[in-house]
Amino acid sequence: MRAIEQQRAAGRRRRWILDVGWKYVLALVIIFYAAFPLVYALSAAFDRRGSLAGSARLFNDVSIANFEALGSTLYWTWVVNTLVICGTAALGAVLMGSAAAYAFSRYRFKGRRTSLTALLIIQMFPQTVAFVAVFLLLIALGEVVPALGVNSKIALICVYLGGALGANTFLMYGFFNTIPMEIDEAAKIDGATHFQVFWKLIMPLVTPILAVVGLLAFISAFGDFILARIVLTSESNWTLAVGMYQWVSNQLTSRWGLFAAGSVIAALPILVLFLSLQRYIVGGLASGSVKG
Amino acid sequence: MAARPPFVMQRPQKDRGQREPTGHARNWVGNGWSFLAKLLVMMLVNAFGLAAIFSAYNADSWVILSVLAVLLALANWIYFSRRAIPLKYLFPGLVFLGAFQVFVLVYTGYVAFTNYGTGHLGSMDQAVDAALIQDERRVEDSPTYPLAVVRDGGEVGFAITDAEGVVYVGSEDEPLDAVAEAAVNEAGVPTEVPGWEVVPRAELFSDPDLQNEVTSLRVPVSEDAEDGSIRTREGSSGAIYTSSLEWDPQAQTLTNTDTGVVYFASDRGRFVSEDGDRLAAGWYVNVGFDNFVRAFTDAAYAGPLAQVTVWTFAFAGLSVVLSFALGLFISLIYNDPRVKGRKILRTIFILPYAFPAFMSALLWRGMFNSEFGVVNEWFFFGAGIGWLTDPWLAKGAVLWVNLWLTYPYWLLVTTGALQAIPNDVLEAARIDGAGRWRQFSAITLPLLMVSTAPLAIASFAFNFNNFTIIYMLTGGGPAFPGASVPLGSTDILISAIYQISGVAGGRADYGLASALSIIVFIVIGLISIVAFRQTRKLEEI
Repeated sequence: MRAIEQQRAAGRRRRWILDVGWKYVLALVIIFYAAFPLVYALSAAFDRRGSLAGSARLFNDVSIANFEALGSTLYWTWVVNTLVICGTAALGAVLMGSAAAYAFSRYRFKGRRTSLTALLIIQMFPQTVAFVAVFLLLIALGEVVPALGVNSKIALICVYLGGALGANTFLMYGFFNTIPMEIDEAAKIDGATHFQVFWKLIMPLVTPILAVVGLLAFISAFGDFILARIVLTSESNWTLAVGMYQWVSNQLTSRWGLFAAGSVIAALPILVLFLSLQRYIVGGLASGSVKG
Repeated sequence: MAARPPFVMQRPQKDRGQREPTGHARNWVGNGWSFLAKLLVMMLVNAFGLAAIFSAYNADSWVILSVLAVLLALANWIYFSRRAIPLKYLFPGLVFLGAFQVFVLVYTGYVAFTNYGTGHLGSMDQAVDAALIQDERRVEDSPTYPLAVVRDGGEVGFAITDAEGVVYVGSEDEPLDAVAEAAVNEAGVPTEVPGWEVVPRAELFSDPDLQNEVTSLRVPVSEDAEDGSIRTREGSSGAIYTSSLEWDPQAQTLTNTDTGVVYFASDRGRFVSEDGDRLAAGWYVNVGFDNFVRAFTDAAYAGPLAQVTVWTFAFAGLSVVLSFALGLFISLIYNDPRVKGRKILRTIFILPYAFPAFMSALLWRGMFNSEFGVVNEWFFFGAGIGWLTDPWLAKGAVLWVNLWLTYPYWLLVTTGALQAIPNDVLEAARIDGAGRWRQFSAITLPLLMVSTAPLAIASFAFNFNNFTIIYMLTGGGPAFPGASVPLGSTDILISAIYQISGVAGGRADYGLASALSIIVFIVIGLISIVAFRQTRKLEEI
């Protein structure tokens, strides 16, 4: 009896290995593929030498020299610039996008369908491809209002806000439509103005989508290089993307340790935010991309 | 999308004592604060708007002035009228959309048909001024004036004293203007100029940067470039320099008064003499389809651009197919309830997606370094493989990094889509005797495509313009051997446009760059049309 049971157990184990077990082995391979560049970046950040050469051995000697050295560069200025620019752009995108979605979802006005279709078509063409025209426009505007010219953070925020309506309105419009009109009507009968309905009734109900849009707008501004590069010319105005590119792009003066330390600091909050909100982000990406 | 949020009704506002709520009607009536706030915001908008209109007037920017005026009037009408409620919500977004998206698209179309760029940077009037300035020489036997270098913050200017002892001051942007209450020393050199700081001579001698600035500075005598300018050689005396060229606005010619050569305005935006001599300064003109023709036929551009275009399609297509396949592969394997800890595994699997893309590209740039990079060190036994310097390896490296960056996206998307496929369909297929492969190819994959095809098309369009990964990882390199244009084997259209446009320095060719942008727009437009059609078609299945 025991022999048979042992045989059965062995068979079960073999089947388990064939069906399930190998998936754990494969998982190790995928984990290595996904994580080794990040582990390497972490190791380079703590490497005392701070250069690409010889940083191939992981956690060879651990020191925080690179992190301290960040203080003597403009890194923290760039962090502040990035937060200000991306934060304002995200806030503006949320406010303007939700206001537009409210108008489209709640009001039936002449040209509504046309504007929605136009918006759908316009948002297909990314601003980044028209960066030459953006550059020339800012030069012209800068002659009138210097704050809207080249090398102004406000100008860059405005450029990002230009893309806000196209990218986010549809995402929000769909969500606004799921909130029944009856609430608006009830509030209006009670004497609420249209702004009170928007701000005090609808907005609290749509906070999830506001968070998604805000986060997406922040991340896309954070990752933008081409517009930030041509708009912000002086070093103290740069964002992280522009500044850290300069550190690594030049082979001869490459400041590898600074880059690694800087990216660890900058990526951690985004990593945490992203992983905790991934469900919303993917949902947002999925419904906001092509379909209306 | 997330589930609908729990339904929460706002609490009624606390009554502020003006009115008792009657029945169960809620007191929504505010206390007028919102109107005051609106008034305040509109005052600010009007103040800034008027200030901007005023400075547009000063800068002679008539187009900007009229646009601003119309926008400001519209804003006031929209927010103070009781009608047009939807516009109150749409207007701010539409202004930004109009200026920084719609206008730039249209303007790209306009620039694409001009020769805007280095050598053709402004209007004809500006080109005439530039030509006059470039040709300036000192007038023979002209008087010299005692001169002092003055400074106002970072701006440097000249102060001179004329024969009557009147002091004039000006800078590069401000023509000479008489100043009262200036002091001069016995040699007539200004020593005190109101509003300006006189730079001591000792400082001028000890600062080479300042010397360079002073010797290259020209202070216009008047607004008219034909009147010439004050220049100095040593910083203590100045003289009037004028151009030997003479501008005839009627005939639109510049005549060199010394040699008698006449330069005519050509329809190409240049001043050309009969012998074919050209002046350096030009202006931009409409050149029709020249830029497009040049992109396809010019010997310097056509070959590289054709290669770039082919690679753009290959890069975008392969990126989507490879990352989709890998993501789907992983999600199929781990969509198995028997595997424990799937949540943790998936979280680790999507780490690359959560890492900011530009940092990933820069990180891989260092890792692929042929001399010191870990890729060679760890996996190729220190062989100095030039991952980013060989044309084909660099292409492979770009695809590899983009795969690393984007397979998590497809992992997330396909996991969601797989879980949405009803189990009974698969069960029915199993009962009918379908094998694993048959189940996958006949049921799972078609159903999956319905929900993911639009995303795949969007992803293709995104990668088609994925400037960041190309520019950060390879910078477009390695450069095409022997090509006269700054393009390389991993350049895609958007990065080629960036190089050609010259916005980051070097020779600028806004016209050609915009023409290429238009071509990219056409491709994206076509893709989008296909996408709209395709989604409808697939959903009918």
